[in-house]
Amino acid sequence: MRINKNTRLWFRAVRFLLAIVIALGVSFVIIAFSTDAPVRAVVNLFTGPVTSVRRFSTVFETMIPLTFSGLAVCIMFKANQFNLAAEGALYAGALTAAIVGIYVQGPGWAVKAAAILAGGMIGCLIGAIPGIAKVRWGASELVLSLMLNTVVLNLGTFLFNRVARDPAPSYAASYELPREVSLVNLIPGTRMHSGLIIAACFVAGSAVLIYKTKWGFQLNMTGSNLNFAKYAGIHTALIIISAQLVGGFIAGAGGATEMLGLYRRFQWTSLPGYGFDGVILNILAGSNPLLIPIAAFFLAFVRIGADYMYRQSDVAAEIVSIIEGIIILLVMASAFLAKWEHRLTTKASVTGGESA
Amino acid sequence: MNFWEYVFTPSFAYSVIRVSTPLVLATLGVVITSKAGITNIGMEGVMLTSALAAVFGSAFSGNIWVGLLAAILCGIAASLLLGYLSMQLKVDGALACIVFNNMAIGGTVFAMYTVTQDKGNTISLHSGSLPQIQIPILKEIPVLGEIFSNHNVLSYAALLLTVVICVLLSKTALGLRIQAAGEAPQALSSVGVDLKTVRYTALGISGLLGGIGGAFMSMGYVSWFSRDMVAGRGFIALAADAMGNSNPVGAVLSAMLFAMAEALSFTLQTTSIPPELVQMLPYLVTIIGLITYSIKKSRSRSGKSIVSN
Repeated sequence: MRINKNTRLWFRAVRFLLAIVIALGVSFVIIAFSTDAPVRAVVNLFTGPVTSVRRFSTVFETMIPLTFSGLAVCIMFKANQFNLAAEGALYAGALTAAIVGIYVQGPGWAVKAAAILAGGMIGCLIGAIPGIAKVRWGASELVLSLMLNTVVLNLGTFLFNRVARDPAPSYAASYELPREVSLVNLIPGTRMHSGLIIAACFVAGSAVLIYKTKWGFQLNMTGSNLNFAKYAGIHTALIIISAQLVGGFIAGAGGATEMLGLYRRFQWTSLPGYGFDGVILNILAGSNPLLIPIAAFFLAFVRIGADYMYRQSDVAAEIVSIIEGIIILLVMASAFLAKWEHRLTTKASVTGGESA
Repeated sequence: MNFWEYVFTPSFAYSVIRVSTPLVLATLGVVITSKAGITNIGMEGVMLTSALAAVFGSAFSGNIWVGLLAAILCGIAASLLLGYLSMQLKVDGALACIVFNNMAIGGTVFAMYTVTQDKGNTISLHSGSLPQIQIPILKEIPVLGEIFSNHNVLSYAALLLTVVICVLLSKTALGLRIQAAGEAPQALSSVGVDLKTVRYTALGISGLLGGIGGAFMSMGYVSWFSRDMVAGRGFIALAADAMGNSNPVGAVLSAMLFAMAEALSFTLQTTSIPPELVQMLPYLVTIIGLITYSIKKSRSRSGKSIVSN
């Protein structure tokens, strides 16, 4: 059993590296079209984040919301639900935290806790809607969650304009949050904040929830084989919906943490895109919550690098979406091959029973 | 002006037809793949890449029709790529589409910036738009002329293609094979028809429709490409397909309903209702429509409450 697991991990690592190499090859060709010095651009892409302490710390800052969204998607998808509401939940969580921070009076730590909790609760609500509609009536949770994200953005903008917007600055921004509501800065001279610790707690919490509790066991079973789980007496509807609630909470709390950690004013005028990033992270991490931070570090590193490349070589940073996409597609494609290879070598006696 | 006065005007009906064009085309594209047993979540990305291809094709050749052709070819290629990913590389279909859509958003901005040094839009390329057509006798008729004449050529194409797809699906051998690919794939192979070929064909047709829809966005709706300009229309098409139960006529009618919500949102912008709330109307209508439909469907099929994808 253990040997088997190790070989598979090894296989995965090799395939992952191969995926990166191919993705880089393809993007190198694309970059070559847009700049005269493609080699320098690619070098910038990879060395950018380590050119200064400030920039390297930015990688950790970027990691924080990514980790939250990765965990949220991880738990939502574990129930075999393609619920993309993490995007809207993260946005709404940040807005809620900002409003709580502006209006609620009290000691700093209490307001902070209340803001993150309130953000999480709003996230719960948003995550639950597609889940409930799916379980109850069989409505496509994917389409619903995508439409819901746009609705959340518009409702949020409405609320922001009525309740939180500061008319003074020339750009769209909320009133300033009191200084004591901001999360503690960890390293002076950088923007690295204690959200990193909160994120780590959520990683540990999610791992315990998934791997060490009865609920996690039931969730895994429901996600991998719904009918089997039903016949085993699991209340699958409850498990599916609660997974969407937990995922929504993590996303909402993540948005709140991002707000309190990095900003003094709420300024998002569009969806931040972290929900989709969560899907990418979940695939990269192989649906393992403990690997989510590592995947988030990788993604953050590449993005900060792309930003540096944009400034140095004038290659649009959006190229990362192509690099990421190719890597993910290859990882998913080769994940299947791994199973196939495994099946061949062990000569599984069961034929037919395709689970995909 | 009174709101109802505005809605019951020929110009409102005209604008419904105008905004319905990309939705109808996308919906037809989703319907044909879903008949073949594929949930085409990638329509959004197919339309987005095609919209940019249309602008590039037109701007570089100086001919708007080359732009349309570029969009169609791009749509077909993107759609076939999705098929290759899920059928050959065995990537999970839904995830492949989600990732592809994400790549389309970033990739189009990258390409746009590389060509125009602008990350917002391609107005500087002056790529032009496809012509609007006056229907001879019809345009003379008072109300009907105002509603149905002087539309973009692709709006008429959408109408025509609705008929074509209906006929294709119900009256031709290919159409029946596509339906069989969705309903009974084993039956297909038992009579010696290759399932993958049929699905690729369906995806190709879907890409063609999505390509035309994308071309309408950047060469009809407006005359430039802008970041993420498809704005969820590919997903609304998925909802329309679900509500129409993958029947082309039903799906197109559902798409028209969403188009009405969108046209209404333009109308309401002249009233005192907050613009943020007005903008969310088409999406809210889609959510309500989809849930209502699902409730109705689940009642008629009582007992089975959870259906996994």
